[in-house]
Parts: sequence; C-alpha cells; structure tokens
Amino acid sequence: MSANTQKPVQANLGAKPRPHIGRRGLHGFLRIREASILVVAILLIIYFESTNANFLSDANLQTLSQFISPWVVIACGEIMLLICGEIDLSAGMVFALAPFIMYFAHDAGLPLIIAFILAIIGCGAIGFFNGFISVKLRVPSFVVTLGTMFLINGFTLTISRGFPVDTPNDAIFSFLMGGGYAEITWAVILVLFMHGMLRNTRWGLHTIAVGGNLLGSAESGINVTKIKIGNFVITGALAGLAGILEASRIGSTDPLAGGSNMMFMAVAAAVIGGTSLMGGSGTIIGGLFGGLMLGVLQDGFTINGINAFTFDMIIGAAILIAMVFNIHFARLRNMGKLK
Amino acid sequence: MSHSQQVHSTPMPPQAAGSQEALRATDIVKRFGAVTALNGVSLHLNKGEMLGILGDNGAGKSTLIKILTGFQAPTSGKLAINGQDVALKSVDHARELGIECVYQDLALVPGLSIYHNMFLNREPLRAGPFRLLDNRQMRNRAAEALEDIGVNIPDVNEEVARLSGGQRQAVAIARAVYSKAKILLLDEPLAAMGARESGLILDLIDRLKKRADLSLIMIAHNYAQTLEVADRIMMFQHGEVTFERASAETSVPELLDVVRQNYKVVRGGA
Repeated sequence: MSANTQKPVQANLGAKPRPHIGRRGLHGFLRIREASILVVAILLIIYFESTNANFLSDANLQTLSQFISPWVVIACGEIMLLICGEIDLSAGMVFALAPFIMYFAHDAGLPLIIAFILAIIGCGAIGFFNGFISVKLRVPSFVVTLGTMFLINGFTLTISRGFPVDTPNDAIFSFLMGGGYAEITWAVILVLFMHGMLRNTRWGLHTIAVGGNLLGSAESGINVTKIKIGNFVITGALAGLAGILEASRIGSTDPLAGGSNMMFMAVAAAVIGGTSLMGGSGTIIGGLFGGLMLGVLQDGFTINGINAFTFDMIIGAAILIAMVFNIHFARLRNMGKLK
Repeated sequence: MSHSQQVHSTPMPPQAAGSQEALRATDIVKRFGAVTALNGVSLHLNKGEMLGILGDNGAGKSTLIKILTGFQAPTSGKLAINGQDVALKSVDHARELGIECVYQDLALVPGLSIYHNMFLNREPLRAGPFRLLDNRQMRNRAAEALEDIGVNIPDVNEEVARLSGGQRQAVAIARAVYSKAKILLLDEPLAAMGARESGLILDLIDRLKKRADLSLIMIAHNYAQTLEVADRIMMFQHGEVTFERASAETSVPELLDVVRQNYKVVRGGA
C-alpha cells in the first residue's frame, strides 16, 4: 500500500488516453457507425440512379418506401429485444394475423378504430405470451418464438381459411394508413420515437443494461423480467401495426403476407444497422438505415432486372460483412480496456 | 423468538444502545433445497467500523451478502438496522435503509458510460411530461462523486468496457458511497487484481474508513490484506462463524490455524 493516502490517487492505470471519436463517447461512436451505413445506402442510391434514371422517380421512391417500411417498423421492436438479449421469430406471423383480428372485430360490428386498437392489443398480448414463456419459464426466446411462429401462422390460416379478405376502411383510416408515403411516414415517426426512448429514458437505459449485464442489472434492482417481457410486448404490437399498415395500403388482407422472410429482413436491418445479436448494444436509427440499404439493394436490382437469386446472395454477404464488422468493433473496444 | 430475547438481554454499552450498532444479524439460516448455505449466523457491525469476513468458497459469504442486500430473504433469522428490526423486502428497500453493496461482478454494464452506470436504476429525470433522463445532471454528479472519494478518472463519458479492473471497482464503490450508503458491503473487492491495483483500492478503502457516517463489511479470502484494513475479523466455514476477533489481536498464522482445526472438527462431527 502506498504510504500517502491523503492525496487523490490516479486510478487511471489501465486505459491510456485514447483519441475520442465523438465528444460523447458511446453516443458519438454509435453515431459514426450509423452514419457509415447511411453512407453505404447513399452510395448505392447514386449507383442505381446512374444505371437507371427511373430509380429516383416518384413511383419508384414509393415502391422503395413500401419495401422498407414494414421491415423498419418490425426492426424497431426486434432491436429493443436484441439489445436486451432476446429475439422474436414470430413477428412476421403476427404481421399477418393483426389485420385479420381487425377485420373480424370490425365484421362483428365494432367501429374500425376500436377494431384497430383491439388488434394492436391482441398482438401485444402475443408478445406478452412470448415474453412470459421465455423469461418466466426460462425457455430460450429463439425456441419459444419458433414455436409461436408456426402456431400463429397456422391460426391465421385457419381463421381466414387461407383466403384473403378486403381490409376494412373508412375516410380517416385511409388518410392515416393508405397514402403512398403513409407507411414510411409512420415508420420514420416510430423510429424517432423509439430512438428517443432507447437513448433518453430509463426504459431504454435499462434495456441496454439488462442485455449488457443481466445479473448486475438485477443486483442494481432493475426489474429485468419487466424489461424483457415489456420489449416482447412492444415487438408484438409493432409487428401488428406494420401488418395493418401494409394491409390498409394494399386494401387486401392476405394470410400469407409477412411471414418469416419479413421477420428475417427486419432482423437483418437491425444487424446491418449495428445492433449486436449478443445483446447490450444497438441503435434504432441504424435499423432504419440498415432497412434503407436492404431496400435500395432489392429495389435497385429489381428495376435493373437482376434476378432474385442474386439478390439473396448479396443480402447474405451484406449480413456476414456487417456481423464481422460488429464483432470486430466489440473486440477493439474490449482491447481498449486491456490497453 | 428466544433469539430476539437473547439479543435484548445481551449487555450493551450504556449510552444509546440501539444507535451504536449499524447492523445486527441474529441466527440467520438460509437453505436452498437440501443445501444449507448459512446455518445460524449472527453478527453485528458497529457504526464507523470495518468488519472483515473471511472464508473459502462455499463458506456462505455470498449468501450472507445477498441476504444483507435484500436480494434474497433468509429462511429464518432476524436483521436489525440502527437497532430497529427489519425484514428486507427488496434491493430497493435495503438501499432506502442505507445498505449498499459493491458486488464481485460490480454490477456494471460494460456498454454504458461511467455516469450511466453510476446512476443505474436511480437515474434523475428532467422536469416535464416525458420522463427523460437528465444526462447533464448525471455527468456532473458522477464526476463530483468520483472526485469526492479521491478517484481520478478523466472522463465520465467513457464506456465502462474501456476501464481497467481497478477503475471499475472504483466506479462501483463511488456509486455505492454517493448514494448515501450507511452500510457498505464490499464483496471480494481485491479479487483478480494485480498488486498495484489492489494497492489503489486498499487506499480507497482506507479513505472510506475515515468517514464516521459509513460502516463497512469487506468479504475476502486474502487474510493478510483483510487483516490490514479491517478493525475486526470474522471467519466463515461451512455456513457458520468459526472465529471472531479484533484484527490487532490476531495474525495470519493464527487464522490459518483456526481454519485447519475447524476443518478437522467439521469432518469429525460429520
């Protein structure tokens, strides 16, 4: 022990002063990471615009926004779940179920807005079920939601008898949900709202804490069960909202809409955007940019006449690159700790 | 019931008997199914005192911490804080009563900044309807709290993942002290730490001991270091207290001897 105990001790032995990427540490770092994905997306837009002058036409931008919106809305929920160390594979099936709940509730005589709220609550309840089984009965969420994925799909097909129906509509509803850019507007509003929640509320901070150090969070008195189940509820409700938005735009409610492909695109958007599959870190804005990048790729290849098989290969490669990037960054950060 | 009578009939210093003691645990038993982790442990902690608790793995030290912090409830036994009987309902409840713990894993979140970690689950909120985090206040107060206990960490915006083991320990201790701890539990604060870093933490503990308003319990397995900083030593073995004495009146060889003897006794008795 040093003899002089009065003098404040320099405890900064381990970490050398390190050039700051951003003024605010983690936030600056994440902003940089988000920005790099946005840059990739913009480069892709420039590329596709240069090869096809119609890429930035109004019609194509609408198509593009309609690709992206449902992924991004579902990704908002999946990102919260991934950050706290869980995943929801059933979100794509909830997407398909939600407009049917609304349809049947409206069919039974309820006003449309009530039917809508009922559908969102129903999807939140499915999220609660997923969360309850995962957290309380300690079954990994990957397995639980794999089960509910099939279960909900079968349920939707059963109640619809496998046939699409006309999405119920009225003047206000079609104004809110129906226009060409309505979905992307909703998606962007939700992204901003969820980003603010993740960064600036106790719920968001605790979500990161639970994913970063589960036991430590519990020792700090954080109700980890509430945080995890809550994020399952958010994901379920958002998946439902995305499904209703899509069904309202198209005017038809299809039992085969969404599906696991939709869910995987949302997870891909999250991961490419910089959210860790191992929990503890993530960004909602990044999910928007990740979705934008995937959408630009898909749409660009489509209007350039490149077939869907090539597209799948490119998405696969993009996810791999993003993951390598992610893990490499995590290692760099940990090396900072070790000197 | 008989135990509580025993406590009250125990001769106590005449002046303000209740308020002399920061903490008293009486006959604490904790069972996990067939396993008895604590088998009737009693201890007290005087105000301003530093108690060192020694014991091997599985001696029941960690279980004791979990009970004292309200993380787990004892199977039976009583706790008194400031002479008042309490049943701790939760970690938050224990915190309200001034019991703070620096866990071995430090309960820090690597991906969050120092200031967010310092206020984890106690975040101040900005005025207004949206219940937003008051990050500016957290930053300022975190820097103050670290300075207050004499820890020099250049930037509270730094992610905890980038800190050294000693720095993390210091952040965790600063967090506990800053939150108005009256009783501070330190769970293996020197585990897995190099000589130089343990020196820093022992210095920090020395500074904490000078605070009259703070009573400390340090749980450790290093006899020499614990003897050096603690006022009094208790030895835990197999969920029971096997030895208790003022640090000044004992030595490492004696402690080692006690350990050896008691293992024999336990084996013989079993």
